Amino acid sequence: MVDISVNGEPRAIPPGHTVAALLGTLGLDPRKVAVERNEAIVSRSQYEATPLDPGDQIEIVHFIGGG
Amino acid sequence: MDTLLRDDDTWTVAGRQFRSRLVVGTGKYKDLEETAQAIEASGAEMVTVAVRRVNLADRGAPMLQDYVDPKRYTYLPNTAGCHTANDAVRTLRLAREAGGWNLVKLEVLGPPPHLYPDMPGTFEAAEALIRDGFEVMVYCADDPLAAKRLEDMGCVAIMPLGAPIGSGLGVQNPAMLSMIIEGAGVPVLVDAGVGTASDAAIAMEIGCDAVLLNSAIAHAQDPVRMARAMKAAVEAGRHARLAGRMPRRMGAEPSSPLTGLIR
Repeated sequence: MVDISVNGEPRAIPPGHTVAALLGTLGLDPRKVAVERNEAIVSRSQYEATPLDPGDQIEIVHFIGGG
Repeated sequence: MDTLLRDDDTWTVAGRQFRSRLVVGTGKYKDLEETAQAIEASGAEMVTVAVRRVNLADRGAPMLQDYVDPKRYTYLPNTAGCHTANDAVRTLRLAREAGGWNLVKLEVLGPPPHLYPDMPGTFEAAEALIRDGFEVMVYCADDPLAAKRLEDMGCVAIMPLGAPIGSGLGVQNPAMLSMIIEGAGVPVLVDAGVGTASDAAIAMEIGCDAVLLNSAIAHAQDPVRMARAMKAAVEAGRHARLAGRMPRRMGAEPSSPLTGLIR
């Protein structure tokens, strides 16, 4: 397994997992979130093509109420 | 439909035209149901939204987009909670990716208890965002020099505070706001400080293009009714501004004729 961090929480994922696979595992709709990998945006078109490496810091965000 | 405020009394920011001069936040409501009802009642066409980590422990939770349709309302992602330029830029890049919107609200805040705009951080973030293709509506201090500098940098709207965020203290600085409006070539909005309907009317009477508020509606006892009040207040203030107020005078002047009195 590969150890990464998702939204500040440690998480182990299978080797070769991509951003798309991670979102699928988490049950998240890719159209409603945005993903940052090691402080760089991963564009939606690159989810399938972006593998996750050990130690990756992933942020997954969405819109919530705010002023 | 109000026939007095003509249909062409619109305001434009970054090429987008709006009829409603009330921009409302979507935070602090009891639930998303109430959020949707209050926003509907406010008549707003643009709403501010925050960008936050998805709660991975509660992924089935209802989402803002399901209640406040981004196709109907212009989403204005904010940088609330950002205390550095870097955080603000990262947050808005994520927002652009999540929604595809270039129009954003930048706020870089100082520490509590005042959460006053951190202007050095704001300048730094504004520069980076504009360079990156964002259209920046910027929360700022009520400082005419700072406002002008932000406009010259390319910000598309200047949004000085009327009082600290969430304070509800009303427009504490009408003279400074007037000076900023006088010198501005882009829309000026009061952002923060409005507590009740009269505050919003005052902001519009001073000459603001629009008013941005959240807590005044969300923290009212009856948010939906206050949303209606704010809609009416912004329209009233706009009418008063266009009508041109009477001059102030230090003495009385009778309203009824002094001739023809009975003796």
